[in-house]
Amino acid sequence: MEPLLLPSTANLHAIDVYESHGGYAMLRKALLMKPEEVTEEVKKSNLRGRGGACFPTGLKWTFMPKQTHLPKYLCVNGDESEPGTFKDRQIFESNPHLLIEGAIIASYAMGVKTAYLYVRGEYAKWIRLMQKVVDDAYARGYIGGNILGSGFSTDFYIHRGGGAYICGEESSLMNSIEGMRGYPRVKPPFPAQNGLWGCPTTINNVETIANVPVILRLGHEAYTKIGAAQHPGPILVGVSGHVNKPGVYEMPTGVPLLEIIERYAGGVPGNKRIKAVIPGGSSTKILRGEALQGVCMDADSLLKAGSSVGTAGLIVMDEDTDLISVITRIASFYHHESCGQCTPCREGTGWMLKILRRFERRDATMADLDLLLDVANNIEGNTICALGDAAAWPVQSMIQRFPEEFEKRVRVTAVA
Amino acid sequence: MAETEKLSEKHLQAIEELKKRYQQPQSVVLAALWMWQEEHGWVSEEAMQYIADLLSLPHQHVYGVVTFYTMFNRKPVGRHKIEVCTNVSCMLRSSQGILEHIQKSLNIKVGETTPDGRFTLVEAECLGSCGTAPMMQVGNEYYENLDEVKVDRILNSLK
Repeated sequence: MEPLLLPSTANLHAIDVYESHGGYAMLRKALLMKPEEVTEEVKKSNLRGRGGACFPTGLKWTFMPKQTHLPKYLCVNGDESEPGTFKDRQIFESNPHLLIEGAIIASYAMGVKTAYLYVRGEYAKWIRLMQKVVDDAYARGYIGGNILGSGFSTDFYIHRGGGAYICGEESSLMNSIEGMRGYPRVKPPFPAQNGLWGCPTTINNVETIANVPVILRLGHEAYTKIGAAQHPGPILVGVSGHVNKPGVYEMPTGVPLLEIIERYAGGVPGNKRIKAVIPGGSSTKILRGEALQGVCMDADSLLKAGSSVGTAGLIVMDEDTDLISVITRIASFYHHESCGQCTPCREGTGWMLKILRRFERRDATMADLDLLLDVANNIEGNTICALGDAAAWPVQSMIQRFPEEFEKRVRVTAVA
Repeated sequence: MAETEKLSEKHLQAIEELKKRYQQPQSVVLAALWMWQEEHGWVSEEAMQYIADLLSLPHQHVYGVVTFYTMFNRKPVGRHKIEVCTNVSCMLRSSQGILEHIQKSLNIKVGETTPDGRFTLVEAECLGSCGTAPMMQVGNEYYENLDEVKVDRILNSLK
């Protein structure tokens, strides 16, 4: 497949180069369509959100009220903090105007007058890059008042975060833009009804928005033929861990995980056996290396395999990996990032970490394994946002799929 | 707080401009904190009060924000704050070795500052460099695909 999101063209971040390769032509095209026709095109493309939940993007856009006296907002989520995920920065770096073009088209489709690009605070370099790109797009009339003479006006601003994983959660992101602690909000009401400052708001991931000009260019029919039928389009897969060539690779959805590891990422160093993979960022359920045959990078295939696409951040672990250390490190992350609002998550993540540390130092009992699972099960589904689930799933799946790893770490002489 | 500890005129103007982007001036609190930290290196309680006054917010609101986000330093740090990612993708590519090497080279532990005030060393959560692991962030800069030789070279270059 010819790369659609990250073409090999050099210097696409320069607006002249982007324009000479057809850049902003899709914005021109969209502005000649009715806003609802743009939404319909995205809906028919079956584009599903690339931020982790795989929610149909076009459908999400239709949730925005058509008749309202309130201003409408778009938040483009570039918080990118899920461990194992490093794709949005690739878009910022290699094809940033595609993101802007997509965001302005999305704003037009939904009648948005202000769009915010929320970028994690640590990405200072990419914020600098993006600011230059935004300034260039303003200067050429792609953002601002009366865009390309269409009568449509919208602004696009970058908002820098302060370092908090939870701000990638959409309601937490909105609170952060409002200048508050990034606590997730109780849903409903959903953002399309009651978002930023109580106004209708849509939140889409950076990669999702970057797909929008691609859909308009190819047309929904051609787009739906790319990759997996129920989850089509190009996808940026970030491969990390024990592979020879870690990195972000663009491919159609539905490529077998083993092919991604072998063909794209150059295989495992020393031709070692794959012990485990985490397919879509640290919160997705771990899979055994032996169980990867036929498992593909798309929503349905990974669901069937007992995991999920998440952010397509594929973490590969070879046969020598100490999985107890891996899961302890992951648990430590969620404990650190729990915002503290909900008791099951705030307390539960701490307890999971304490119990896992006992396994790490070979000081656990078999009863600790039951306790660990019990704590995880009591977090899952009992919190305001998905961070609780994200903390529980890796632990539950590790216990279910690698029980022997825990059993090996139980202390030999049990104290009476 | 000393009389001089204010935001520069340039930043005060920038804050006024930024306020126009949002429905409420409260939205610029993170930006104002970033500017403060850029000028002063860390955010004291007095600084929080100053920013609260500047944006007509209660002190406790700013305090709440500062303590929620990890990137604001609530005590002075060295000229170069080294943050080594030890999350899973980096861990699988020997970030622990990098962390130990830096501790040994600088003769400080994680969380400490060198006596000459040159370096502070901390551990960080995933910084989005999983494909170029192991990595560290120093100030606003990312240093990736690290090994011990590379780390030594980087540390020597930071005065």
